[in-house]
Amino acid sequence: MGVGIEVHGLNAWYGKNLALNSIDMSVPANHVTAVIGPSGCGKSTFVRCLNRMHETIPEAYAEGSVKVGEMDVYGSGSDPVEVRRRIGMVFQKPNPFPTMSIYGNVAAGLKLNGFRNRKQMDELVERSLRLAALWDEVKDNLHKKSGASLSGGQQQRLCIARALAVEPEVLLMDEPASALDPISTSKIEELIFQLKQHYTVVIVTHNMQQAARVAELTGFFLMGSLIEYDKTEKIFTTPADKRTEDYVTGRFG
Amino acid sequence: MRSRFQQGLDELKEKLLRMGGLAEQAIDRATEAYRTRDSKFCQMVLAGEPAINDAEREIDELSLDLLAMQQPMAVDLRFILAVLKINADLERVGDQAVNIAQRVLDLISEPEVELPVDIPRMADGVSTMVQRALESFLDGKAEVAEAVLQMDGIVDRMKDEAFVMLVQKMTDDPSCTRQALDVLLIARNLERIADHATNIAEDVIFWVRGADVRHGGAHYRE
Repeated sequence: MGVGIEVHGLNAWYGKNLALNSIDMSVPANHVTAVIGPSGCGKSTFVRCLNRMHETIPEAYAEGSVKVGEMDVYGSGSDPVEVRRRIGMVFQKPNPFPTMSIYGNVAAGLKLNGFRNRKQMDELVERSLRLAALWDEVKDNLHKKSGASLSGGQQQRLCIARALAVEPEVLLMDEPASALDPISTSKIEELIFQLKQHYTVVIVTHNMQQAARVAELTGFFLMGSLIEYDKTEKIFTTPADKRTEDYVTGRFG
Repeated sequence: MRSRFQQGLDELKEKLLRMGGLAEQAIDRATEAYRTRDSKFCQMVLAGEPAINDAEREIDELSLDLLAMQQPMAVDLRFILAVLKINADLERVGDQAVNIAQRVLDLISEPEVELPVDIPRMADGVSTMVQRALESFLDGKAEVAEAVLQMDGIVDRMKDEAFVMLVQKMTDDPSCTRQALDVLLIARNLERIADHATNIAEDVIFWVRGADVRHGGAHYRE
C-alpha cells in the first residue's frame, strides 16, 4: 500500500542558487498528486528531493523535513539507497537497460537488492509487468527480446514495471508521457490511475490536461515556491491565486 | 499570451453582445407593438427571430471549437461555459418576444378594452434587467449582475398582481376574457424574460467570481 508524504520547510540549492524555497506540502497516500509549473519553477527538483535524487547532482543539496510514511528521508540514519527503493522513480525518456532482456530489466532492481530466489523473482517480474499493463504484450518474449526493442510506450511501461518490482510505496513520475504518442500517453495515464490503488503517485507534468485527467490534487510551483495546492478540479476551474490562474489559462509560462 | 485564443474569446464576446442587442430590440419592438397596437412592430419581431436563431448556432459552434482546440482552463473555461448558457437564455428571450408579438396580433384583432394592468411599465423593468445583465457581461462586473438579481422579485410581484387583477376582470366582465387572457400571457412572457435576465446575471457572476449563486446563496467550489 502507498503511504503519505509530509514535507515541511524544504529548501533545495544548486550551489548557491536556491531552487526550492521553504516548501510545505502534504501528499495523501494512494492518491495521484500532480506538480505543475513553468520551466525552472522547481517542480522536478521538488520530486527529486523526495527520494534524495537531487543530491546526486554535484553541489546540489537540500534541507528540511520529508517524511514518507514513518521514514524520515533526511533523518540522520537515513540510507539513500533504501530511500530510493521505497520511493521509485520514472523519468521523461524511457531508459531501459539496452542490452538486457525484458525480464532482465524488470529483475535488475531485485538483483541489485540481493534477491536470489528464482521462483519468487519470476512471480515478482510477472506481477510488476501486469501492474504496468505490459504483461500481455511481452509474456512470450520475456527472455528473447531486449528492452530496447520495444516501442517507446512499451519501454516506458517497462521502466514503470522495473520501478514497481522492488515494491516501493511511492512512485515519482517526472514527465512520464511527454516523449510518447497520444495512444501510449493514454495507456500510461490509465495505468497511473490504476496504480494509485497500490501506490502513492506524484507526477510532474507540463501538460495541464494530463494533470487534470490523472491527478486528484495539484500543486502549482513558481520560482521555487509552492503557490497553490488544492483539489485538481479547483485548480483548473476556480484557482484562488491570480498567478495560478494566469498560468493555467496560458497567460504566462 | 495565447493571442489566437484571446482573439477567439473576444470574437465570442462580440457575437454574444450582438445577439443580446437583437434580443433587446425584439423586446422593445414587442412592447412598442403593445403600446401602439401597430402590427408592423409585431411583423418586425417575427422577421427578426431567424437572425437570433442563427446567432445562437454560430455562438455554440465557436464555443465548441474553442473548447476542443484550445482546452481552456479556469476563468477562460468559466467564460465559455457562461457564454453557452447565456446564449441559450438569449435565444429564449427572442422566443418570448415572438410570443408577445403573437399575443399583440391577437389583441389588435379584438376590440380595444381598458385593462387594469400596466404592461409597458412591466416591460420597461424587464428590458432594463436584460440591458443591465448584458452590461455586466460586457464589463465583467459581478456587482451590476447582482443588481439584476435584486430586480427579479419586483417583476415577479408585477406578474402576480396582473394575474389577480386580470382574473378579477374576466370574472366581472366576461366579454373581455380574450383580451385579458392575451395580456395575462404577455405578463407571463415578460416574467419569463426577467427569469432569463436573472440566469444571465448568475452566469456572469459564475464567470467573474467562480461562485454559483443560483437558487439563493453563493456556492464556492471547495
